[in-house]
Amino acid sequence: MSAVALRTPRVRKRNPLPGFGLSLGLGMAWLGVVVVLPLAALAVRAAGLGAQGWLRALRDERVQEALKLSFGASLTAAAIASVVGALVAWVLVRYRFPGRRLLDALVDLPFALPTAVAGIALTAIYAPNGWVGKLLAAYDIKVAYAVPGIVLALVFIGLPFTVRTLQPVLETLGREPEEAAASLGASRFTTFRRVIVPELLPAWLTGFSLAFARALGEYGSVIFIAGNLPYKTEIAPLLITIRLEEYDYNGAVAIAALLLVASFACLLVINLIPLLFEKKGKRNG
Amino acid sequence: MADRLTERSNPPSRDPLQEPAWLRALLIGAAVLSMALLVVLPLAMVLASAFGDGFRAWWDALAEHDARAALKLTLITAAIVIPINAVFGVFAAWALTRFEFRGKRVLLAFIDLPFAVSPVVAGLCLVLLFGTNGWFHAFLQEHDIKILFARPGIVLATLFVTFPFVVRELVPLMQQQGADEELAARSLGAGAWTMFRRVTLPNIKWGLLYGVLLCGARAMGEFGAVSVVSGHIRGLTNTLPLHIEILYNEFDGTAAFAVASLLAGLALVTLVLKFWLEARHGDALANSHRRH
Repeated sequence: MSAVALRTPRVRKRNPLPGFGLSLGLGMAWLGVVVVLPLAALAVRAAGLGAQGWLRALRDERVQEALKLSFGASLTAAAIASVVGALVAWVLVRYRFPGRRLLDALVDLPFALPTAVAGIALTAIYAPNGWVGKLLAAYDIKVAYAVPGIVLALVFIGLPFTVRTLQPVLETLGREPEEAAASLGASRFTTFRRVIVPELLPAWLTGFSLAFARALGEYGSVIFIAGNLPYKTEIAPLLITIRLEEYDYNGAVAIAALLLVASFACLLVINLIPLLFEKKGKRNG
Repeated sequence: MADRLTERSNPPSRDPLQEPAWLRALLIGAAVLSMALLVVLPLAMVLASAFGDGFRAWWDALAEHDARAALKLTLITAAIVIPINAVFGVFAAWALTRFEFRGKRVLLAFIDLPFAVSPVVAGLCLVLLFGTNGWFHAFLQEHDIKILFARPGIVLATLFVTFPFVVRELVPLMQQQGADEELAARSLGAGAWTMFRRVTLPNIKWGLLYGVLLCGARAMGEFGAVSVVSGHIRGLTNTLPLHIEILYNEFDGTAAFAVASLLAGLALVTLVLKFWLEARHGDALANSHRRH
């Protein structure tokens, strides 16, 4: 699908369509001013830190703890969102039940709901005196103002990505391979494991990476529920804003540059996944 | 083959391609429960808390001066950001889908970038450009222009985070449609503007609306990037999401949730419109959004 998406109508010597220079020029200028220039400022500043500046910024234990928390919580949340997302996508595509379309529409809510709204609502629900938090407090389980709360907010944010990448793949999955597997005597579980899961794997990985990238940078929904205790529940994006408020620009730039590199890596992985599986499929077939 | 299989399986009514009924019920139940706990409950919480002290308290919280100012700033920001993204998005999509040139793949990758970059990092980038010691600091001082901790900064931050929405929708759509109709218009002698107005725009209008819808929702709800550059001056540089934060931190829960209910309502309207576009005009949207 991605190979098709990049192909354009074959252009003969002279393209009779107008506006190439104008549209490309305006598009590049817009991209340059709004996106590239600001990111370049960060890159230049980060390069200017030098080995000493980087070492000083990264040796700070508070920074290390924040990065560990951000990466750990984002990975956990992306994994949970992948499992729950697969469940929701499967149920939406394969089964018919009352309220299915409503459930389908609700999947996009975390996408549309402003993060600050989601943040205060989740906090109010899972705080020790909230609707769900009260029940959990009886068993001494703490969600809000602790690491589980951070993960919960990140699962909320990541869920639409995992559902919406798996759903179209499941929809186009033909029933024939499953029929063949069943006719050869495979149980439903074996069919699922050996026939369906391998087909879903690329979309699953893409959804995971999207959810992870989004979770790593998420700010609005997390800061309300996290509790924001240094060394304990302080995420990396929050530490950037704290460093900025302290006028410690170098400290902020170092953390931001690391997050930026991580987002580049995620984008790279997401773009490589189709190529990777395409090649493997060809070799096997 | 399938017939023989059904004959052999016991009981005969059981479809080998379908999970047993109890498992289906379990999976549906688990999916509904997780969505209820994660997604529906927060929405219910917002509404319950917003109207918990009665309609009157809700209205007072919204009619209050700072809330009105925040609403106004949010709407103004969206009114600036949406047209800019729409117009430049159409130009960029035109270049990317109708012409071959070097570096196209790189350009496409760059367009995706703001989706992956943390909003806080985006805000920090703007601080590095326009703040003290920033690249443009001297120039701005000289001409007495304020960007950071003022409205232009908020607009720039919002532009950054909403940048991909329109292009990401238009590029795959215009790829699928191909240039045949536009080439035909040209060969019949249509000028550039006529071709765009009579052929291109009617073809992409629903896709454009879809992109604008998502762009608008994000523009009005953006928190992280705007929070870094706004300076949080009450009544001046506070957008609705920032106003929610201030109220919440002042333990004014009712007011915070009242303002939040406004944004939640906006999100619901966005969802309904999005669903309507997918169901009603799915054919005029990029493949991935078709729903039949």
